[in-house]
Amino acid sequence: MVLSEADRKVVAEIQGGLPLSSRPYAEVGERIGMHEQEVIQRITRMQDEDIIKRMGIVVRHRELGYTANAMVVWDVPDHRLDEVGEKLGSEECVTLCYQRPRHLPEWPYNLFSMIHGRDRQRVLNYIDSIVESRGLEAIPFKVLFSGRRFKQRGARYQ
Amino acid sequence: MDEIDRAIINSLQESFPICDRPYQAAAEQFGISEEALIQRLQRMLERKQLSRFGPLYHAERLGGGLSLCAMSVPGAEFEQVAEQVNAFPEVAHNYAREHKLNMWFVLATETPERIDSVLAEIEEATGHQVYNMPKREEFFVGLKFEV
Repeated sequence: MVLSEADRKVVAEIQGGLPLSSRPYAEVGERIGMHEQEVIQRITRMQDEDIIKRMGIVVRHRELGYTANAMVVWDVPDHRLDEVGEKLGSEECVTLCYQRPRHLPEWPYNLFSMIHGRDRQRVLNYIDSIVESRGLEAIPFKVLFSGRRFKQRGARYQ
Repeated sequence: MDEIDRAIINSLQESFPICDRPYQAAAEQFGISEEALIQRLQRMLERKQLSRFGPLYHAERLGGGLSLCAMSVPGAEFEQVAEQVNAFPEVAHNYAREHKLNMWFVLATETPERIDSVLAEIEEATGHQVYNMPKREEFFVGLKFEV
């Protein structure tokens, strides 16, 4: 799973986007001095190895109507972490669910989930229903809605 | 945005073909031509409904570092600190959130070791503590938006 120099050239060339033309992989190859088939092979391999999670569309969720964007953070006792993480992760509207470190005393929360919805009330109702249906009444949580977005772009690689 | 645009967004958030003429291969399922698919993607990018059309990388497998970071910034300084933070190319996105920790951003660096040095540089530039909250365990990642 080591990336070669040639892989890195492909990674850097397509990071901003794939050309919107009939033969995009040929166009990428022309720019970096590589044959179309080699570009295709390298991208296919990196996708098989999950270095590229996927090709395709990355949306701007606010512009698509998902304006209520809640980071819901939970203070889960260590012995319930796997159980609660898996319960939340299997909820349809939970788009991400990660364990992250606490920073006591300011920040007691160790499980982070993202819930996106079309308005805040719907997101809050949805969280209530998760707590009730999944038996999470004993777990303290906090909902951090997002305010302004200051920056949104992908990571940059060279 | 019409039904075809919606179908394109829902489908191409999951996968896109890797072959000689991928737009032609993808266009078939929507019953449109290769050229029409390219035009629709171009238009959605211009309208900023799409952030981009291309790869979504797995930062850690690419050998890079990735972390979620938070700061507590007094209201009066917020704009200035946001500018200072966003000036770092390693800051991938940055959102204000309603909490004492009110600025949340994602750092993506070329190597894992760079995370700590960029954090120190941000603390130095802004004069505020940065809370580093790297992922420890992943229970689910399936970020997809149905339209």
